[in-house]
Parts: sequence; C-alpha cells; structure tokens
Amino acid sequence: MKIMTCPLNGPRNIAEFVCAGEVKAMPDPAACSDEEWAGYLFLEANPAGLIVEWWLHAPTSYWFIAKRDTVTEQIVATYTVEQFFAQARAAA
Amino acid sequence: MPFALLKHALRRPPAAEAYWPQPGELGQSYDVVIIGAGGHGLAAAYYLAREHGIKRVAVLDKGYLGGGNTGRNTTIIRANYLTPEGVAFYKESVELFRTLSAELDLNLMYSERGHLTLAHTDAAVRTARWRAEVNQHLGVDSSLVDPDEIARICPQLNLSRAVRYPILGALYHPPGAIARHDAVAWGYARAAARLGVELHPQTEVTGLVIERGRVSAVETSRGRIQAGKVLQAVAGSSSLVAGMAGLKLPIRTVPLQACVSQPLKPFLDTIIVSGSLHVYVSQSARGELVMGGSTDPYPLYATRSSLEFKEGLMGPMLELFPFLAEVKVLRQWAGMADMTPDFSPVMGLTPIENYFIDAGWGTWGFKATPVSGKRMAECVATGRQPALLEPFALERFERVELVGEKGAASVGH
Ligand SMILES: Cc1cc2nc3c(=O)[nH]c(=O)nc-3n(C[C@H](O)[C@H](O)[C@H](O)COP(=O)(O)OP(=O)(O)OC[C@H]3O[C@@H](n4cnc5c(N)ncnc54)[C@H](O)[C@@H]3O)c2cc1C
Repeated sequence: MKIMTCPLNGPRNIAEFVCAGEVKAMPDPAACSDEEWAGYLFLEANPAGLIVEWWLHAPTSYWFIAKRDTVTEQIVATYTVEQFFAQARAAA
Repeated sequence: MPFALLKHALRRPPAAEAYWPQPGELGQSYDVVIIGAGGHGLAAAYYLAREHGIKRVAVLDKGYLGGGNTGRNTTIIRANYLTPEGVAFYKESVELFRTLSAELDLNLMYSERGHLTLAHTDAAVRTARWRAEVNQHLGVDSSLVDPDEIARICPQLNLSRAVRYPILGALYHPPGAIARHDAVAWGYARAAARLGVELHPQTEVTGLVIERGRVSAVETSRGRIQAGKVLQAVAGSSSLVAGMAGLKLPIRTVPLQACVSQPLKPFLDTIIVSGSLHVYVSQSARGELVMGGSTDPYPLYATRSSLEFKEGLMGPMLELFPFLAEVKVLRQWAGMADMTPDFSPVMGLTPIENYFIDAGWGTWGFKATPVSGKRMAECVATGRQPALLEPFALERFERVELVGEKGAASVGH
C-alpha cells in the first residue's frame, strides 16, 4: 500500500485518491488562439522525473496539489491549493 | 530405449540458426533511422526495405530487440472497434496478421479463438450493439449475443445471475486472435535484416539535430549519425524522444500490468474481456491463463508490479471463473503505456520536416504492429500521410477532431 499525505485528511491509502493531471497555466479563453487552447487541453509535459499535479481525495471531495517523482514513485510534497499558488506567485 | 532414439542423444546438436547478424559498427549515415526496435519499428523497417526499396535503414534500441511493450503485452488481436476510422485501420492489421507467418517464414502461432466482450450493464449492452452495427457495416464479423449463446460459445463462464454483476450479453467477434508476441518482433527483425536493414540494440538515442525545422542527424550513446529521415516508435518513451525534437504530445505514460497463472490443461478457447469489471483473460498455447486489467491510476515511468493490481483483478476473475480459486499466479509484470485522451494512436507527419512519429499505442498497439509498420513505411517513403492514417495525425488535436475510441480500446486491448 502506498501512502499519500492529504493536506486535509493526513496520511491515507493512495487508493482513496484520484490523479487529475498536470497543473498547467490556463490561457485566457477569450484571447488565446484555438491552437493554444487545444494545447492547454490536450498536450502534456509528461516528464520522467518531478511532476506537479491536481489530486482529489475522493471520500471527502477535497482537491489539492502534489509534487511527485514519476520515475521513483516518491511523493515529494503535498500542498493546499492556496499554499501552492501563493508559493508560485512569490517565486514568480 | 530404442537405439534410433539414443543415437540422437550422442549426436552434436545442430548449430542454432542466428536470426540476424551480430550488430556491427554504427554507420555514419542512413537514409532512414528508426528509433525503437519494438514490433512497430522493426515492421516499419521491413516494409521500407521490401515495398519501397529503401535499404539503408538502421533500427536503434536502447535495450534489446522486442524488449519493450512488444515483449510485455497480452497479444490480443481484433478489429471490433467502435469508430469507422478505427475499425478500417485494425481490420487491415488483422488481414495482414492472417498471412504473416507465411510471409515472414516463421510460425507466429497466430490462433483465432473468438473474442467475447461481456456486458454487465444496459449501457455496456448498448455499446456492444453499436460496435456490432459499425463492424458489420464495414465487413468485420461481430454480433451481439445473449446469455444462451454465450453459454454455447464459452460454457466455462459463470452465467449465474446470483453474482454482483450478472452477464447480460456480449459482443462476439469470431476473428479475435492471439499470437506469439516475441515471434512477431523476431520475424520482422529477421526479414528486415535479410533485406539489408541494420539492427543496433544497446544504442540509445540521446538527442536530435534539427536545423531550420528539419531533422538531419541523431545523437546516440554510440555517437552521432546522419539521417535522411527519422521515425520514432518508442511507445512508453514517446514524450521523452519527441521532446528531443521540441515536440509536446497529447500523451501520458502510465504503467499497464499483466500476469499469468501456472499452466493448466487447455480448457479456454475464447478470449474473454469485461469492460465493466475491468479484466480480461485468454489461455496461451502453453496453458497459462494470461490476465490483465486497466492501466494504473496515475502516470509513472516504471515497470513495477503492485498488489492493488492483483487484488483488483482476482475478485472479478473469480466471479467469471469460480473454479480458478486454487490456481496460482506464476509471474506478473508491467509495461509503460503511452495513453492518448481519445484512446487512438498518433501517427504520421510532424511539424518537423523528415521527422515521423508512431506513438500513442497505449494498451492496444500489438494488434496494430503489421498495419502500423506498413503504413508508417509508406508515410516515411512518400513523405505524405496515407489516407488510412489521416484520422490519426498529430494535428487532429489542434482541430479538436478526436477519434473517440475509449469504448472499444480500454481494457479490451
Ligand atoms: C501489459 C500489457 C498488455 C498489453 N496487451 C495488449 C494486447 O492484448 N493487445 C494489443 O494490441 N496491445 C497490447 N498492449 C499494447 C502493446 O504492447 C503496445 O502498444 C505495442 O507493443 C507497442 O509496440 P512498439 O513497437 O510501438 O513499442 P515497444 O515494443 O515498447 O518498443 C519501443 C522500443 O523503443 C525503445 N526506446 C525507448 N526510448 C529509446 C531511446 N531513447 N533510444 C532508443 N530506443 C528507445 C525501447 O527500448 C523499446 O524497445 C499491451 C501493453 C502492455 C504493457
């Protein structure tokens, strides 16, 4: 069993979680080209290594963000959505 | 012991025939360099040499020939897809498979078993009927069958209604087949080598040289080679290799696991798939039950096995075949599946001149080995997208013209 630490519920069996894909910056749908929008919808970085993704704790419908390594299968860190975007803004 | 038999024991065994020559030095330049010596890359090399007379071809692999998903799949071959584009494409592959043993002069143990996709819900029955209609329209032998007919086709199945998910009907596809997966890679490799194609295992592609939007050379762990044209056919590593060309793909790399039981006397002819229960099983020529399910729940570049997979598989399997309860699992393994959002491949031209892609094979690409090889060879040789591959072009995503094959490609393999 693999354990993931949910920012709300603490350490839980990873089977309780749903992976919902890479965190991507959304282009402005009103201003971007169709090509950019399709890229946002379908294209994936799909890295071998660190990835930052949306995750859902299904039993509590709680969304958060996790950083993990797709080669070693380690979960490096989990963040609340507020924490993650505050950090991302501070870094930018 | 009769002497006639004994004398064979005393004789020196005949030298094993080498299927292809020992790999030699890497050349400085080739007309076509193919990245990935799985079934797809090897088949493309063979058809390039045989049908297009392009023989200065090198197939490179970072590991050994057929050691990727070609050597890890559960070998189900069928054409009973859902979309007209998909059905036409896989139909051509099944037709090629039927005569491939003779063409490659190697017994691929191609064995038509019949394929049942079980439906346990009204929605699944509806999809089965839809697939049967599309298939029949395009000349593929499929029909919707009820539980009585299922009992005639596969009497071993538990058709009791006193289970969690009773079987309500099925899509029956008599041409459904299995084959010896390794032999498909070896057969194409041998036939390609005989036509002059060079095979270079243990040669990893580490970079691509692209000038003014056109590929001109390939960097490898054994040095740089000039290339007129380059084809990538690397399945689970598709995004990584495409990344070397500066391309981003609509692909997530997710493990797909499978396992086999201890060998049993032959009892199961039919290939059994349940999309609703997410399991499938067939019996190999060796008597092992070859079993699998859906992909893992999140992307990974790893081929580890997990207990969750086995648990998720065995519950439904015992509902379908309760008498297997005492049978042991012999081996389990995984491959890295290159999953697309529409469960269809990405094939053909790319925005980079002379750079071609054969990817997005997810959990369904073994059956497509012959047709992909043949049509990608045509694409590389002519520089044009063959009509059969039009729907699978990379640029379909820009146009948001996806080929929704999920209803027929997932779990069914
Ligand atoms: C468990 C499992 C069950 C499956 N069951 C079925 C089934 O029943 N029916 C079906 O139709 N399909 C099935 N599939 C899917 C099928 O196996 C694949 O789609 C198909 O084999 C892909 O073939 P390929 O030649 O494209 O890739 P592969 O056979 O994976 O070959 C790609 C090669 O590229 C090489 N490579 C990668 N990166 C580099 C690099 N940088 N440089 C050089 N070489 C590189 C790899 O070493 C590998 O040998 C299954 C897959 C799995 C994992």
